[in-house]
Amino acid sequence: MMPTDYIYLSILTPLIVFLITPMLNKFSVLRDILGPMGGVISFFSAINITNFVLEGEEVKLTLFNISDGLSIAFNVYPLGAIFGLVASGLWILAAIYSIGYMRGNKELHQTRFFSFYAISIFAALCIAYSGNLLTLFIFYEILTFSTYPLVAHKQNKLSKISGRLYMGILVGTSVVFLLPAIIIVWVITGTLDFAQNGILDGHLDEKYIPFLLLLFAFGIGKAALMPFHKWLPAAMVAPTPVSALLHAVAVVKAGVFSILVIIVNVFGIGFLSETHGSFWLICLACFTLLCSSIIAIYKDDLKARLAYSTISQLSYVVLGAALVSNLAIQGASLHIVMHAVGKITLFFVAGAIYVSAHLTKVSELDGQGKSMPLLFVAFFIGSLSIIGVPPMGGSWSKFYLMLGAVESEYIFVIAVLCISTLLNVYYLLEIPARAFFKNKIKETKVKNYPLMTFPTLFAAILTVLIFFYIEPLKNLTNLITSN
Amino acid sequence: MIHEFLGIWNYWIVFILMMIGLYIVIAKKSLLKKIVGLSIFQTSVFLLYITFGKITGGTAPILTSLGDPIYSNPLPHVLILTAIVVGVATTALGLALVIKINSTYGSIDEDEISAIDLVEFHQNFPDRNLPNKK
Amino acid sequence: MDIILKNLPILVVITPLMMSLVVALSSNYITSWIISCLTTFVTFCFSLGLFFELQNVNLISYHLGNWIPPFGIEYVIDKVSIIPILIISSISFIATIFSIKFMMNEISLNLIPKTYCLWLLAIAGLMGLVTTADVFNLFVFLEISSLSSVALVAMGNKMDKKALTAAYNYLIIGAIGATFYVIGVGLLYSITGTLNMSDLADKLPMLGINKVVIAGFGFMIAGIMIKAAIFPLHIWLPSAYAFAPSSVSVLLAATATKASIYIIARISYTIFGGTFELYAIDDLRFFIILLSILAMFAGTIMAIYEKDIKRLLAHSSVAQIGYILLGISLATSSGVASGFIHLVNHALIKGGLFMSVVAMGYYLQKRVTIYSLSGIGKKMPITFFSFIICGLSLAGLPLTAGFISKLYLVKAAYDSEGVWLCFLILLSSALSLIYLWKMIEALWFNPDDNKDKKVKEIPEIYIPLVLIAFLNIYFGIDATIVTESSFSAAESLLKGINQ
Repeated sequence: MMPTDYIYLSILTPLIVFLITPMLNKFSVLRDILGPMGGVISFFSAINITNFVLEGEEVKLTLFNISDGLSIAFNVYPLGAIFGLVASGLWILAAIYSIGYMRGNKELHQTRFFSFYAISIFAALCIAYSGNLLTLFIFYEILTFSTYPLVAHKQNKLSKISGRLYMGILVGTSVVFLLPAIIIVWVITGTLDFAQNGILDGHLDEKYIPFLLLLFAFGIGKAALMPFHKWLPAAMVAPTPVSALLHAVAVVKAGVFSILVIIVNVFGIGFLSETHGSFWLICLACFTLLCSSIIAIYKDDLKARLAYSTISQLSYVVLGAALVSNLAIQGASLHIVMHAVGKITLFFVAGAIYVSAHLTKVSELDGQGKSMPLLFVAFFIGSLSIIGVPPMGGSWSKFYLMLGAVESEYIFVIAVLCISTLLNVYYLLEIPARAFFKNKIKETKVKNYPLMTFPTLFAAILTVLIFFYIEPLKNLTNLITSN
Repeated sequence: MIHEFLGIWNYWIVFILMMIGLYIVIAKKSLLKKIVGLSIFQTSVFLLYITFGKITGGTAPILTSLGDPIYSNPLPHVLILTAIVVGVATTALGLALVIKINSTYGSIDEDEISAIDLVEFHQNFPDRNLPNKK
Repeated sequence: MDIILKNLPILVVITPLMMSLVVALSSNYITSWIISCLTTFVTFCFSLGLFFELQNVNLISYHLGNWIPPFGIEYVIDKVSIIPILIISSISFIATIFSIKFMMNEISLNLIPKTYCLWLLAIAGLMGLVTTADVFNLFVFLEISSLSSVALVAMGNKMDKKALTAAYNYLIIGAIGATFYVIGVGLLYSITGTLNMSDLADKLPMLGINKVVIAGFGFMIAGIMIKAAIFPLHIWLPSAYAFAPSSVSVLLAATATKASIYIIARISYTIFGGTFELYAIDDLRFFIILLSILAMFAGTIMAIYEKDIKRLLAHSSVAQIGYILLGISLATSSGVASGFIHLVNHALIKGGLFMSVVAMGYYLQKRVTIYSLSGIGKKMPITFFSFIICGLSLAGLPLTAGFISKLYLVKAAYDSEGVWLCFLILLSSALSLIYLWKMIEALWFNPDDNKDKKVKEIPEIYIPLVLIAFLNIYFGIDATIVTESSFSAAESLLKGINQ
């Protein structure tokens, strides 16, 4: 098969799942199997695309031309290949998990849920493979709109308010900041296509770089930089599989991925690092990651705590992108993978605890470790990965981020990373510690759902595996920064 | 000086009529008077056209056997015939509207009409009344 | 067949003009509607014929009554005028199909044939405006179109008596504008002795700097600016659009001001293009740019604070006219082209928005405010969907026609004026999201106030509604037709300046 065929296969699979799911409304078993199957096919083609990219082949597909310099086109860069792998690979796990969750929790409107779940993955994959800013923007918006029904799934008042906040911030920022930024790029360069070394070099006056970067950084609300981070905690009203896949993997990773792509393939690493135009973004990212870590400590609701932890971890990626040194960019791209795997584990556990024991608050978890040992062990492993303790995957990305900070000579960033790690330890390890070492304060009836436990454990094991099999990922990230 | 001033008296008339017409349209509250003003305004333009079409001592452009007479330009007259028709149509439509307004509102005074509209607006949207209305 | 092809330039005007008389005589309102539909369809076909004929030649010149110009009246179809011709004929065809349901709802049945007579007269006037190359003939068409539109607006008095005063104001202000225009024409005629546009363009530069020419230009432009509703001369427009019968709003919003803006471009570039340097029109150009910026912001801000949904759209039209005029006044080929691109796209956008809004107000049997429509989107999903598409197009989101025009406008602004103008354009289009969101929130998210009323979809209007929404998307995906014809229009308009 040709490289373009794999792009079709990869992105059309979730689209077909989206279209077929409503038809199988009556056959719930068949309908539920569609998700994991689609995940396997998508993942398979994502791996093939990655192989092509690693071999240095161009994976390119132009759907149609709108006007000169404007087209809807896919062009897979190493960064996109990484994100494609993450999104499609974790879809398999999340799809299996969500079957268990939806059944265990007896949620309504399951068909609608699975449909929109699939189309969100479709949009995320299209973002990953997009070949120009216009394509990226369109699928960015599709991702926002397709996740709205998932966020407001429960259709009660709270979920509607949260859904509106979610839509308001994401659509608002993208239209007010991101779209003008894209138009400006087109106006001054005449093209929107990504290029390995950026397209702005030589077109943009040095003094305007921070402003354009500001439009992009705030325009991509999905990266949850402060002050546009509120939507992420609000989105936690969604069922946990949504939080797990979308708000730990697809949606937020689409945000930071877009920032990375824009810095690498639109601004260009060389251009931006020479001009130091991203200094303010480094400061903002540091501020966001410290602030949200501190807020996370005070959150008693488990999912809210994880949400703030996500905001903080996203800023690691933005930080890495803003440092614009080769190692920092590599660290940031690795962190997309590492954090995705680690955080999905944590969310899986949070959801499983909710379904099995109906507990949502951290303070209620005291002593529950004995009734749900596997889940809390998984949570522990996931936390260690996020904190960055070897031999968990997260240690790699943190290591490279710190190296990158040294390389670009922003030493204070290392201090910030250290403090944040300490805060991570505090707010994440508190949970397994309470569960295992404190006395039970609440009696609960625990029911186990294998369909939820299996993906959780698998994700936990994955965080360890990824530490040892980092080589292919390293090859990809090396490609990002090679000219 | 005076010769220059009075020598173009047609244009002065045009100018004065034009200003009178515009003033009436802008300043008068009666819808009927506005139409009158509009007519005066348009008439001034007709005069303008006729004035520059006329050559002193020129005759109507009819071929005669008498030597080589000076002709006035006939085209402005033709144009103005068209413009008069348009003007009449405008006036007629305006008057028709005034009659209709009079029969609906019972008034042709601009202020009264807007007062009536305002009152009805507040009747239709009682929740957005002005603060002075208790 | 040959005789039709030879006379296409006049046929696009004469067909609606003559058929309006036939329609006035028909006794049945359905018959009159069918005749009008056929007439506008035939007009549209003739326009398409002209379009294809223009692919081979640069210019079609038609001599009325075989009088040789500059003595006789000349009709000119070139790359420039074909754009408004196609817009007006296509939109008026769509609007005519759309209209009957609302005419029956809002106008006494026995008056409907007369209304269609006016309707066709208005279309004939607009078509005449954009085809003629004779400045006085242009005045006549200007008055034909505006007098019939005034009468059409006044037909809204069955629904709301304020339509009468709106029509009256439209009449008075429009008549003053037209008279200003005639004064300008008179002054130019007095000094050049010609009324033909290209002849004027030849003769004006020979006069050198001449006060009469300056005065003439000023009067003409001021008069047309009133007709085009350019801020601050837009006072008549919001009420006229808001109180007109629903279908009339659709027709006027999509076509009327477009023709006037086209004439502004014609006057400034075709007639005065040769004297552009001579009279330092460059300064005037800057003044018009300022006016357009004011229009962009004033229109948007007024729309944000407006409660009446049709008035809101009308205010937004004022802002959009500002965009079009801005593009045209940049006087670069990309600028003028972007103006024409937006001319086309805005006709589609506003036509679609007005159609969907009046359709949503259909069952309420009264004029609609943003409150009386709350929650109605859920009952009319297809109509609301079209509304959303056109709205997104208005906001200039990618994949819609509005995005293309915004893109080209910003580029043209950047190339000729620099960053500050880009910034202002982007800012005002960001502001337009506020009123768009306000409408969407009211129509979809607000609780339904009209539980007792029977509100459902109107299948009769699906064809025009969905067609126009589709066009909005189509021209966002494949914009080459619009951009190419706009660029060639700009080239041929600016020939006068660059020679």
